[in-house]
Amino acid sequence: MFHIYCPYCEELREEEEFHPKGQAHIARPADPEACSDEEWGDYLFFRDNPRGIHHELWVHAVGCRKFFNITRHTVTYEILETYKMGEQPTITAESLANREAQGSVQVAGSGQQTVGASNASVASVKGVKA
Amino acid sequence: MNKSLKQPNRLKEGGRIDRSRKLSFTFNGKRYQGHAGDTLASALLANGVDVVNRSFKYSRPRGIVAASAEEPNALVQLGSTEAAQVPNVRATQQALFEGLVARSTNGWPSVQRDMMGMIGKLSGSLMPPGFYYKTFMAPASMWMTYEKYIRKGAGLGRSPMEPDPDIYDHLHQNCDVLVIGAGPTGLAAALTAARSGARVILCDEQEELGGSLLDSRELLDHQPAAQWVAQVLEELAGLDNVTLLPRTTANGYHDHHFVTLHERRTEHLGETASLKGGHRTARSRMHRVRAGQVLLATGAHERPLVYAGNDVPGNLLAGAVSTYIRRYGVVPGRRLVLSTTNDHAYRAALDWQDAGREVVAIVDARSAPTGDLVAQARERGIRIIDGAAVLEAKGGTRVTGARVATIDAEAFKVTGQAETLDCDTIASSGGYSPVIHLASHTGARPTWNEAILGFVPGLVKGVHAAGSARGIHDLAEGLADGVAMAARALETLGLSARAIELPQIDARHEGAACALYQVPHEKPTLRAPKQFVDLQNDVTAAAIEIATREGFESIEHVKRYTAMGFGTDQGKLGNINGMAIAARCLGKSIPEVGTTVFRPNYTPVTFGAIVGRHCRELFDPERYTALHQWHVEHGAEFEDVGQWKRPWYFPQTVNGKQETMHEAVARECLAVREKVGILDASTLGKIDIQGPDAREFLNRIYTNKWLKLEVGRARYGLMCKDDGMLMDDGTTSCLGENHFLMTTTTGGAAGVMEWLELWHQTEWPELQVYFTSVTDHWATMTVTGPEARNLLAEITDIDLSRDTFKFMDWREGKVAGVPARVFRISFTGELAYEINVQANYAMHVWKILFEHGDKYGLTPYGTETMHVLRAEKGFIIAGQDSDGSVTPEDLGMQWAVGYDKPFSWVGKRALSRSDTRRTDRKQLVGLRPKDPTVVLEEGAQIVFDPDHAIPMPMVGHVTSSYYSPTLGSGFALAVVKGGHHRMGETVYLPMANGQTHAAEIVGTIFYDRKGERQHV
Amino acid sequence: MSEHTATWANVYDVRPKSDVPAESPLAWSYHDSGRPNVGANSRVVMRERAMLGHLILRGGAIVLDDVVRQVLGLPLPARPNSLSLDESGERSIQWLSPDEWLVIVPGGEECELEGTLREALGDAHYAIVNVSGGQTLLELEGDKVCELLMKSTPYDVHPMAFPVGKGVTTVFAKSSLILRRVGETRWELVLRRSFADYLYRWLLDAGEEYAIGVEA
Repeated sequence: MFHIYCPYCEELREEEEFHPKGQAHIARPADPEACSDEEWGDYLFFRDNPRGIHHELWVHAVGCRKFFNITRHTVTYEILETYKMGEQPTITAESLANREAQGSVQVAGSGQQTVGASNASVASVKGVKA
Repeated sequence: MNKSLKQPNRLKEGGRIDRSRKLSFTFNGKRYQGHAGDTLASALLANGVDVVNRSFKYSRPRGIVAASAEEPNALVQLGSTEAAQVPNVRATQQALFEGLVARSTNGWPSVQRDMMGMIGKLSGSLMPPGFYYKTFMAPASMWMTYEKYIRKGAGLGRSPMEPDPDIYDHLHQNCDVLVIGAGPTGLAAALTAARSGARVILCDEQEELGGSLLDSRELLDHQPAAQWVAQVLEELAGLDNVTLLPRTTANGYHDHHFVTLHERRTEHLGETASLKGGHRTARSRMHRVRAGQVLLATGAHERPLVYAGNDVPGNLLAGAVSTYIRRYGVVPGRRLVLSTTNDHAYRAALDWQDAGREVVAIVDARSAPTGDLVAQARERGIRIIDGAAVLEAKGGTRVTGARVATIDAEAFKVTGQAETLDCDTIASSGGYSPVIHLASHTGARPTWNEAILGFVPGLVKGVHAAGSARGIHDLAEGLADGVAMAARALETLGLSARAIELPQIDARHEGAACALYQVPHEKPTLRAPKQFVDLQNDVTAAAIEIATREGFESIEHVKRYTAMGFGTDQGKLGNINGMAIAARCLGKSIPEVGTTVFRPNYTPVTFGAIVGRHCRELFDPERYTALHQWHVEHGAEFEDVGQWKRPWYFPQTVNGKQETMHEAVARECLAVREKVGILDASTLGKIDIQGPDAREFLNRIYTNKWLKLEVGRARYGLMCKDDGMLMDDGTTSCLGENHFLMTTTTGGAAGVMEWLELWHQTEWPELQVYFTSVTDHWATMTVTGPEARNLLAEITDIDLSRDTFKFMDWREGKVAGVPARVFRISFTGELAYEINVQANYAMHVWKILFEHGDKYGLTPYGTETMHVLRAEKGFIIAGQDSDGSVTPEDLGMQWAVGYDKPFSWVGKRALSRSDTRRTDRKQLVGLRPKDPTVVLEEGAQIVFDPDHAIPMPMVGHVTSSYYSPTLGSGFALAVVKGGHHRMGETVYLPMANGQTHAAEIVGTIFYDRKGERQHV
Repeated sequence: MSEHTATWANVYDVRPKSDVPAESPLAWSYHDSGRPNVGANSRVVMRERAMLGHLILRGGAIVLDDVVRQVLGLPLPARPNSLSLDESGERSIQWLSPDEWLVIVPGGEECELEGTLREALGDAHYAIVNVSGGQTLLELEGDKVCELLMKSTPYDVHPMAFPVGKGVTTVFAKSSLILRRVGETRWELVLRRSFADYLYRWLLDAGEEYAIGVEA
């Protein structure tokens, strides 16, 4: 059971209040009629299944009913950030790889880093959306 | 005094039991006596009960081995009555209460003689790993028969056959620091966190908080350890920010520091919870804890040594011997041999001697043991055999001797001549394995620590292991570690730790332990008497060796092949030994072999606690309409539609006999077709849509056109997903220029609401529109039938005349004095008015309708009649006649598709994909059975050629099928490949009973083809 | 009301002017499950405040704030999960989402209030929806209310996490509701009509050990 920071309610809530809605940032093609069958099929049916950083769309169904995005590590289940619709993630597979290469950041490794109930960890989660 | 009531192994004094309170109990039909403060295990040992169970596979007699959760043998079935049956309780974890009734879990029909014993004896040592798979799988058809008996013979308890008289509940908890384990480390940690103002929960699975300090020989501040425990607990109990939970097992560690704690609230008091102030209270409670930081102070399990005959009753863990003596005042035998690899276990011999019984010898695997406890034993004149181990325990239902010899552990061979020591008890200690189960639940891999000869937990962020749980076994160091780890957790939370003064403990020199897991035997492992690794699952060292020889190299495969660490045991005693043996056989090191994954639950949890209050009438929410009471009082049978309870039909009593469903539905159908019926349609989803872009939004989300719908009008619409498949349908009415009321299917309401928000929030945030659910605000009553207008006219001020209030119009006005919106929408094909009023007034309006309805033959009808009537008209039900793979075109509903709308609405593009353009797609058609008395089965598969060899190509299925009292025959809707071009063709429906029905493909409208009746 | 506003949206007073019998969403529950008496040992007391006016207010906070202040005399709670009450405690406005608020007023005031708000909001983009028939308000009072809530909702009801003046929409048993703390030992639940009976039965069951009583 995840503990998810809703960027609209500005606090952590239980997973029971949310529904997952699949991969984030799947934009509907602006002109569907101009799409080939293959392009349209890609938009409809094909999704990433990464081992590692994944951006997901969730909705705070029992709560503010707002959709938002989560950057989640699919191995550790760590939620690295949550951000509002229309915003871009600050943490991506690429950015993590870069930072790892520079040795400036300790990556969770096999550990599961989670957002705890503390003010400190809430602040750090809130920090990333700025 | 009855001989069975004596407690031959009970000491005259000592222990934490209350000798003034005697408790009698029954085990396997025999009565015994124990004391308040006993566990069932300590009471059985006090009474000299050696055999407590039969083993799972070989049916060997087994005795108590441990004193706590790691006990593998003493699994009992509790309960004096059928309803009170509880399987799989460890006798070591069950507090004794007056009248307790327990039986051995295994050993049907009896512990002494049983069927499995026959198999075990007949096959003897010929029962290799995978025995069941290999032996009973052929012939496959017989497996079911074998399985029944094997399960009965070998099973692990049984469920009660009668309802549980108790109640259970859940308590949601939030805390800053959750401390699991209330031994020295946990207490020090909890005190540190508590004094710092954090919200703290401290739980421990034992009856009393204190852990190892409850039977420790150590002095804390020159006082018995238990005194320090009492002081700390008193302080913690007085703090508002602390919750103390004894008898509470942390059984599962889930994502993001969600931990489930199973609190046994009354299990120590009796079979069922007694009333408190006349009110029922929960027997067990599941605390669902969301913690900020978690401190694992779960301690360590002592590892037994693996030697021949190590499962004969009388073989115990060294630490358990100390616990029984010091905590319960029970010495589980007369003459002790201790086989050890470490200093710590010497306590068992010292305690044994202090209890006034004979220590025959201490057999130490180390060549020259030093250390204070060793010196103490030597001073007492106890014989210590260096560089040796117990090779084999002798005896059948009780240890009668121990064969001891010097060994070379590294070379895995016996070096000296064996000597047989006369004894009835063998205590063994192969070291201490940190309890890493909970950490393992989080997915973190443990790592091998050579210094402590054990795995230490892998830790995810926010989890801290402290003390023995991470291999710090020294008491003083463990206390300090508790403080240090609590401080670390507090720091992460942004709290500063307030130091606590730790008790003073005399320093003690402890010699290094040596590594020994399986003790060598003169014979090779495969030929030596059985050396047990996992006592609960009857896995032997030989079985592991065979598994590795048969090619199972991964420890996960060895585990599954041998069943090591399976079931309720979860490898508490055996896993490390098993891995060490696998490592030896494979020529690898233990860390190279790795460890298996421990899974929840740590120990078995009663289903009641998992379910909590979510059972019986509260199993699932039941949603009621404002008219529910009327339906109940008028004898409605109810149908579940999602969580709603909807009237299914209203059986009446005719000539003293209650109608069947068929009769009631036929009557209700005819009433609507000939007179007037009324349906409670309040469950339909209703969404209020407001905003200047509401129209544009509807135009994009529905397949048909919405830009020109006038105020006062309603329109039917189809909603597709972007793959072109039908998702939901309903009518939407224009209430104002920028104001609409959408209706959805009953089951689709929440999904459609979320769907609208999804598109608005993620794709078209620029559209100015708001959606609000008003499903519960409005109650909806459908009055339908030729007499509907006449009836309604009696109680409304709305002009109902045919030309002013047309089909698909809506009007405002009073109905029975209540402001209403009335929609002329029909789902029956008849003249129909859907009356919507604020739900608080619905019952009044409904009753007034009936007051006026008699003379028109007003008949309440339910969902079954609604289904028949709509199907006669070919009206689909989204989710019944469609299933997520059906386009509007497949349904023949091109009339509801706006192909030329400028915006590429949701689902449009997909309708021109090659797959959706196929001509052989399954298409909705009507089916008329050739035999009019036949009502086809919904879901029945359709074939074109009934004589085709099996497997026949299936070309569709029946989606809706009913008997129509109006038509006097059965009829159906179905999807058939290319069905729209097969009108008049005959298809076949082969049934499971061998019968084959024939049916003609017809149009989907069976009644009033021109749709005149709804326009009257 | 301007003609313009009137044609945009349909504002309809659905409360009958004449004396028509009304049933709260808990009418069936009282009939079927009864109302346990409030006794001296009742540590949780439940009372329904039925037939109130409930309005959902949608729009931007900046647009709505002035109008709400002016019409209701209450500030629009802008912080997430917060609640404003007037002095009598009879009128309240609660944050539900960044563009959604719940207004509760004495029964009968809601339609006029909707009209006044619409008038004041003029051309702005907003929505007001009367949901009075769809929900009811249940008050819980007593020293064991917190424990009763802990049995029912995963939301942290500890005073540190849930001070007076907070309100949230959250999971409750297997359903959901709006939970508001209006005093140290006084809480309000806003139940959806169709789930009201399930929630009522749940509360009676979970409250049994506190001798829960229901005031008529």
